[in-house]
Amino acid sequence: MNVSIDNLNPIDYIERTREQYAHLGYKSYQWVHNDDQPPFVPVAKALSDATVGLVASGGIYRYGQVAFHYRDDFSFRVIATDTPMAELRATHFAYDLTDVRADPNVVFPLQTLRDLVAHARIGALGPNAYTFMGGIYSSRKVRDVLAPAIADRLEKDEVDVAILVPV
Amino acid sequence: MSSAYSITKAVNPPRAVYIDFPLGRTAGKPNDKGLQRKIMIDTLTMLEAIQDPGTIRVLPYRWADQDDWKDGVMRRPRADGDSKASDDRVGRLPNPQYQTAEDEAEAEVRLADDGCPTCVFLEDDR
Repeated sequence: MNVSIDNLNPIDYIERTREQYAHLGYKSYQWVHNDDQPPFVPVAKALSDATVGLVASGGIYRYGQVAFHYRDDFSFRVIATDTPMAELRATHFAYDLTDVRADPNVVFPLQTLRDLVAHARIGALGPNAYTFMGGIYSSRKVRDVLAPAIADRLEKDEVDVAILVPV
Repeated sequence: MSSAYSITKAVNPPRAVYIDFPLGRTAGKPNDKGLQRKIMIDTLTMLEAIQDPGTIRVLPYRWADQDDWKDGVMRRPRADGDSKASDDRVGRLPNPQYQTAEDEAEAEVRLADDGCPTCVFLEDDR
């Protein structure tokens, strides 16, 4: 499973955003850029014994919850990991929602993870998944307010690892 | 899990896998449980295998045989009517944007009832 990025020609979203903003007459978007070595905690348990958390930014909410609005909404939703897939919804201003509304697993792989628990590939899921709508233009709000709040929840849930699925 | 290599490279998280799919499909194609499962197993395998902070491992999946789906992403429509150009963005709106009207009605009933305890509205102190 050693594939080189050089063979793939990935879309450079930073460059395309720069071009699009320039065309619209906007200032260049200031992307987050971290040069320091990221913090790194080795995985302490076999995944078959681990409790796994799930965090996703694709604008997922559950039927009955307040949906996300599209103006720098940095609230989050707590979604119990036993939620039926049919109760999941998606709302976001910046990606094509056709596939996620047909099958939320494409950005919120809850059933995928539940199936892996059933097959004992992972030990368990945390009690809740956490979702938000990633079109937040203030990286400061994400870094200083939203991310710490979700990290705090994951810690209280006593998950060993967390899967993050940004859009 | 990422489908935006340049952004993930810049953010520099402790570990990442890259899946060369369109945004909004990072964990697999809709209703393809087999592919979704393979992607997640690979992701979990890499979670254990990556030892160097900041590593992005590229998973071996392709969205389509050809890469022409990439051509129009975030490209403005051209005067010559280039059909590949697409812009999925919509306006930035101040009210909750529900998937269905029924969602909205139900959420409003429950909000009045108990304030949606599973919706966390954060305060920004600054």
